[in-house]
Amino acid sequence: MYDFQFKPFNEMTAEDYAAVGFMSGLEVHQQLFTEKKLFCRCPAGIYTHDYQAEILRHMRPTLSELGEYDGTALMEFKTKKDIIYRIHYDTVCTYEMDDTPPFEMNDDALDIAFEVAMLIDANIVDEVHIARKQYLDGSIPTGFQRTAITCVNGKIPYKDREIGIIQMSIEEDSCREESDIGHRRVYLTDRLGMPLIETVTAPDMKTPQEVADVNQIIRRLVRSTGHVRTGVGAGREDVNVSVTGGTRIEIKGVPSIKRIPVLTYNEAMRQWNLLRLREELHKRGVTPETFDYKIIDITSILRRTYYKPIHDAIGEGKIVKCVALKKFKGLLNWQTQTDTYFSKEISDRVRVIACLSDFPNMIHSDSYENTLSTAEGTKIRKFVGSWEEDTLVIVWGSEQDCDTAAKEIAIRAKEATIGIPSETRQALHDGTNGFERILPGPERMYPDTDLPPKRIFGERIERIRKNVPIQFWILENRYKELGLRPDVVSNLSTSKFNKVFDYAVDELKLEPMLVSIALTQFIKRIKREGIDISALDETNLNSIFKALSENRFTKDSLLYIIKNAALSNSFSVDYLPTLISADEFASQYNLVLTEINSLELYNDTNKKTLLLDYLMKKVKGRIAVQDVISFVNENFKG
Amino acid sequence: MMELKEDYKGYRGQTLECLLKYEAMVWCDVEVKTNDGTFIGLILPRSEQADEYHIVLKLRTGYNIGIASEKVQDIKINGRKIAVYKIPEKEFPFDPKKPNVKLLGTGGTIASRLDYRTGAVIPAFSPGELYGSVPELADICNLDTQKLYGVFSENMGPEQWIGTATAIVKEIRAGAHGIVIGHGTDTMHHTAAILSFMVQNSPVPIVMVGSQRSSDRPSSDAALNLIHSVRTAAESDFAETMVCMFGPTSDEYGLLHRGTRVRKMHPSYRSTFRTIGDIPIAMVDRKKFTPLRNDYKRRRDDRDVELMPFFEERVGMVYYYPNMHPDMMDSMIDNGYKGIVIAGTGLGHINKPLYPALKRAKDKGIAVYMTVQTLWGYVQMYVYDTGRDMMELGVVPCANMLPEVCYMKLCWALGQSSDLNEVKRIMLTPIAGEITEREPSNGYLIYQGGIPEVEEFISKYRK
Repeated sequence: MYDFQFKPFNEMTAEDYAAVGFMSGLEVHQQLFTEKKLFCRCPAGIYTHDYQAEILRHMRPTLSELGEYDGTALMEFKTKKDIIYRIHYDTVCTYEMDDTPPFEMNDDALDIAFEVAMLIDANIVDEVHIARKQYLDGSIPTGFQRTAITCVNGKIPYKDREIGIIQMSIEEDSCREESDIGHRRVYLTDRLGMPLIETVTAPDMKTPQEVADVNQIIRRLVRSTGHVRTGVGAGREDVNVSVTGGTRIEIKGVPSIKRIPVLTYNEAMRQWNLLRLREELHKRGVTPETFDYKIIDITSILRRTYYKPIHDAIGEGKIVKCVALKKFKGLLNWQTQTDTYFSKEISDRVRVIACLSDFPNMIHSDSYENTLSTAEGTKIRKFVGSWEEDTLVIVWGSEQDCDTAAKEIAIRAKEATIGIPSETRQALHDGTNGFERILPGPERMYPDTDLPPKRIFGERIERIRKNVPIQFWILENRYKELGLRPDVVSNLSTSKFNKVFDYAVDELKLEPMLVSIALTQFIKRIKREGIDISALDETNLNSIFKALSENRFTKDSLLYIIKNAALSNSFSVDYLPTLISADEFASQYNLVLTEINSLELYNDTNKKTLLLDYLMKKVKGRIAVQDVISFVNENFKG
Repeated sequence: MMELKEDYKGYRGQTLECLLKYEAMVWCDVEVKTNDGTFIGLILPRSEQADEYHIVLKLRTGYNIGIASEKVQDIKINGRKIAVYKIPEKEFPFDPKKPNVKLLGTGGTIASRLDYRTGAVIPAFSPGELYGSVPELADICNLDTQKLYGVFSENMGPEQWIGTATAIVKEIRAGAHGIVIGHGTDTMHHTAAILSFMVQNSPVPIVMVGSQRSSDRPSSDAALNLIHSVRTAAESDFAETMVCMFGPTSDEYGLLHRGTRVRKMHPSYRSTFRTIGDIPIAMVDRKKFTPLRNDYKRRRDDRDVELMPFFEERVGMVYYYPNMHPDMMDSMIDNGYKGIVIAGTGLGHINKPLYPALKRAKDKGIAVYMTVQTLWGYVQMYVYDTGRDMMELGVVPCANMLPEVCYMKLCWALGQSSDLNEVKRIMLTPIAGEITEREPSNGYLIYQGGIPEVEEFISKYRK
């Protein structure tokens, strides 16, 4: 059944992915650009590592609306973590700390969410219901994230088909994790509560590259509103992957779109190889029903070991346990991802659930290399009373943690006989992924009792609809037809200035190329110089182009005029330099010429360049550069 | 009709008509076709306070949305699954070696569940439910519970207070090692005060507890407050009526406040309860008690508890403000009130225009008592002329009794006697620490945020 063998990443073809039934969907998170946070009036977008106070909390699972406990919630409760929140007075108030109920939802944020909903052609809900989505990892001090569906059933075009958008929600951002060591996890709270939208696609992507492509489309689409934040962490994505016979696995914390193809490739491979592992186990007669193991305390027989981690642990009064997995011999070395083996699946669980985070946190008999001696291995096997066909997993820690760890090892091993456990996994730097937590189900949703449902009136939707940008793929086609450069097409189609472009080109009849470059490259260049470009809004840019179309200045001074507008934080035609008359130009020329002639130069051939340079400074913006050059060429005789 | 109500719970008007038309009942798994497209999910009951224009649908992802019923074109039903919201119930284990604690419930969110009628959380607890959600309790004691009332704390009144006091005394006489009272937090300090007067000479701890942040949230203070209070009732040596709630907002320790000196100081903070004008009795955490003072009443083996369930309902309280007119007081005088507590400014003052009203009250034999709205400090009416004038008019200064405590005590005192001298004797004789002879200098500490040394302190200890 699972005959296909994964090839190296670069050799995989679309057919290969089809063979394993690769399916992937995205959850794209995008912070919205608002002045304040979503449910309180704290400023949004201020980040700092400084803090003035700390708060300690523990999380406890609660029931869902349908009266069920969520699996993740129970797992997090098992880990018994101290959660520490670091607080900076400027960025959080008592709301984020869950010592004050929420204030009404930020309407600016909701408007932006609806704007995006229109861009993805989705059905906007008539009444927004705020839900609590449980997060017991502590990333939100309440233990849940306030989130609400704004629309469902959207779509975006991709290649010759459509990618479905299942839903889009508006939600509050979580804390940033500072550290997570043993039983103590520390969070920064500055980002907490900032508004973001989460766009969830259907699992319509069939290859890793398609996932990246679609992510790029969504990112560009939301950015085209001009109402979302950009920069590190402002856009983040979770990727869901499954293969035939596998399970939907969520990879969280994908740092950049570029990393998506390798990450999804590795996850598909992991699922496929776990299915092959299950096949192997079944062949050995190990099924969920016959799965067998035992846990034995082996502290006493390892008291004299030279293997440092265990030696030190026993020295600190910790204990060592051995989990004998019946008929698992060799399988901990079963490959799951690139350079990653089944033992990693187990070690990850031990780290997360039992909080044993110093590595190595376990060893096993499939390779004792550089750990225990052969004699010790034999001694343990004899002591435990286990056969050659078994694998022994050895773990150490405080009595409670070691106990949790040993049980978790058996749980994960048993899961291998069932298939692929539903998990949330974490993207790692090498393109593989590691266990983060059990995948939460719909059980973790709970209606927010602090805030009533919010009715969305038609007038509001119509008001927003008036200002929704045109979808960038439509603009791209138009710009291509106008013959714009490809890089400019891409930039301009998602730029907030595309209405300025329409005005300048359609109404003022300016050259499309010139306008497009001014709106993308020029502004970018000015910004890069560190100049505040907030004055370069639609109104001012429209005025600048209008002045240009009326020949109030020459087109080669366009950059100069735009830059001046940014620098002076305003633009008015009244302050434009008047175009120079022929007489005045001639007299300016003569003045400069006299000045140049009075200079003693080492090399007279530089004289002309110098002259041009001096002259340009005097008449800049008042005459076309070409006219200056022609005049100098004609009149300057060296 | 009743059945219809259940099947279409919370829906009315045009939306009810729409649902009836398609026989789409709550908990039906449906495909709703509307002008905007198709929505798939489970129809949920609607909160009765919500409008009549929307259907609530739980989508497959667990999210809820509202769909305008006027847009509905068709509803296709694919099944029905009625959800039962129930805290998993496990039988509370019994250990003969462990102390027996009785938890009396009056309401509040110490353990709660969702109410679809109002969309709010409603309290629910049985020993089994509590064990299901806070299993740690079984390590402490044998817990038995009794639900006396299920009211929000603002709806507590004389009937409930007398009923609660009577129940406490009954349980103590029956041998309980400690009493815990689950209570909404808003008026917990009122109830704590009246119970301090109604139940006297208790040989065991009487601990009031609640939660500031409802127990339907993972970060709730409910579980830890419950653990702290049950431990206090089962194991501590403090045989007083106390309030046990979070010390800091962090999950660190609880404070045991004397029932007559405690006050809710923030509408939502976990560390809302503070001892005013004194220091708490003790700190309590998962492992130990840390007494902060030595003058508390000790636990005893006898059962000599005294019940004094007296209450006069015709007592009012005015929070004085400048520009108050005498008719505010007159209305109580004319309506047959027997007692008035004033929360005066500063050391216990009100303006001159009210004097005639005070005179009328005196002439009618109404007991008028003065407290300070500054909460901290003593009424000292002899300091200024205004104070002396008022004492002439029969106003009795109530030392450092908190206004709410004074109110409760006056109700209780007038319930025992209509002789104003006797009432005065009862009022000014401290029973449970409601009047103290001295205010220790650390009894008044309100740290001012922003000041460097305060900030330095805060940065060292968790809030």
